[in-house]
Amino acid sequence: MTIVAEAPLVNAEPTDRELIDFVIREARLIDQQRFDEWLALYADDAFYWMPLEWNQTDPRLTCSLMYEDKLLLSIRVERLKGARTFSQKPKSRCHHVLQTPQVDARDVAANRYVTWTPMHYIETRMEEQTLYAAWATHHLSVEDGRLRIKLKRVDLINCDAAFGNIQLFM
Amino acid sequence: MSRYAGNSAAIRALVRDQEVHRDVYVSEEVFQLEMEHMFPNSWVYVGHDSQVPIPGDYFGTTIGTQPVLLVRHTDGTVHVLYNRCPHKGTRITSETCGNTGKFFRCPYHAWSFKTDGSLLAIPLKKGYENTGFEQSQAARGMTPVRHVRNYRGFVFAKVNDGGLDFEEFFGDSLSSFDNMIDRSPVGQLKVAGGVLRYMHNCNWKMLVENQTDTCHPMVAHESSAGTVVEVWKKAPPGTKKPMAVEIIAPFMSPYEFFENMGIRIWDNGHGHTGVHHSIHSDYSAVPGYFEKMTAAYGEERAKLILGENRHNTVYFPNIMIKGPIQLLRQFKPIAANKTLVESWTFQLVDAPDMLLERTLMYNRLINAPTSIVGHDDLEMYERAQEGLHSNGNEWVNLQRLYSPDEAGQTNVAVNGTSEWPMRHQFRAWTKFMTMGM
Repeated sequence: MTIVAEAPLVNAEPTDRELIDFVIREARLIDQQRFDEWLALYADDAFYWMPLEWNQTDPRLTCSLMYEDKLLLSIRVERLKGARTFSQKPKSRCHHVLQTPQVDARDVAANRYVTWTPMHYIETRMEEQTLYAAWATHHLSVEDGRLRIKLKRVDLINCDAAFGNIQLFM
Repeated sequence: MSRYAGNSAAIRALVRDQEVHRDVYVSEEVFQLEMEHMFPNSWVYVGHDSQVPIPGDYFGTTIGTQPVLLVRHTDGTVHVLYNRCPHKGTRITSETCGNTGKFFRCPYHAWSFKTDGSLLAIPLKKGYENTGFEQSQAARGMTPVRHVRNYRGFVFAKVNDGGLDFEEFFGDSLSSFDNMIDRSPVGQLKVAGGVLRYMHNCNWKMLVENQTDTCHPMVAHESSAGTVVEVWKKAPPGTKKPMAVEIIAPFMSPYEFFENMGIRIWDNGHGHTGVHHSIHSDYSAVPGYFEKMTAAYGEERAKLILGENRHNTVYFPNIMIKGPIQLLRQFKPIAANKTLVESWTFQLVDAPDMLLERTLMYNRLINAPTSIVGHDDLEMYERAQEGLHSNGNEWVNLQRLYSPDEAGQTNVAVNGTSEWPMRHQFRAWTKFMTMGM
């Protein structure tokens, strides 16, 4: 049984500090491979979006690297635990370096908060280590006193390049 | 050390009836010979003419490892040119694709060329007077690939003058292209959605073989498709099955499903899985689509077109198409141990958008560098590329359901788990490698 620690309680109208701490904590949970806790940060109707095109606006009729709802994200998390997940034997590790997230939008009436976070992401497995540069945009809202991710968009600086495996989460 | 160059007997000895030597995957010399002989002797996919709709449009790609341009000439015809300036070799185009207007202009010394490659102008031309320039290769402009064929929008090119003509090379296998194209009510496809590009540290042929390998999904993809099936079991009863689950779950179908699915073999290494049914058979109907197809073709013909559920059609040497998904994957060789996989998607012109949405979902769930199904496969290819360096056994076994009388048979349907398509691909490989050697 995995013990899932809840995200901290926040003000009904979250402060900038609370929004920033939330984004930083999300990256930390990924780096520490606490994927169940990480998944719990996402709202039930959330999407994780990694565009394929520069300045992409449409996730439906333009292809993306990832455009996944919570069901697909939970499948990824389950797969990472699997005994026959051979591409994770041995396991990948990852490392985020974030700039301080900037609060781009706060709409209390709509319960919508948007942050923008430039970052470097490193994924490694065996002898290979790959550095990615990206911007993460978090669309957040408060549900039951805690922040939840409605949309996380990760724009890679080289989104249209040919990549090898990217196996974890940016 | 040269072991294979000019030695067709040594090349032939790499391919036995039921096994192939590891050098076809790991030897850089064999790889170079593929680029010098096998690819130039074959009809290789270049691109789709919807990528260059108007005169001056171009798209840069490779035939084997050679950079070429697909270009729409002023007169509306499609040409394939080697992408280098005849002067110093500079790549002519700056972007992968774009519109060059009425002519190409080299950014180095401003030599210019018409869109069929012929030389248009050179600055300070008089410096070439009385030098015999007219007799030079450079005076002929950008070299065209001479044998180009546009089959219902799909453009193929053959570099060498020898080899087979287009119809002889493809034979009946073009029926898979026909079926994919006929799925549009107006019989027309358009490249759409963007291309997924996925780098593989393995030989390109491992990917080609895997397209007709029906004994790996339930094993290698247990981690991804198996997890989908398990997670989906926990959904409350009556929940509508999402498109993503419809797409991935059938990878876990049992052996019997794949045995009965069938494989068809055509000449020259072409063939397809999914003669009777396939993992694409049970997708939900897209509202309004069948009505459009019926209006266009009549009900009987519409049912015939949509009743085909061909899984993967492999066109030797290096593409695969999925008719029911409108998807084309090209396995671009870079080195013996390096392959760029490009997965292209097509919109069925005049069909509902939901079909393109499903095509794109399929592509990102299965063929993206971020795809869990892709991770499963690449792990196996890379392990094979590594394992083949062990000297304990120099042979790769392709014996499953072998029959001594199979060589030379064409247009036959066989058990869906046969490795006949792989043996067949290697027979074609030997043929086009040694042709003219």
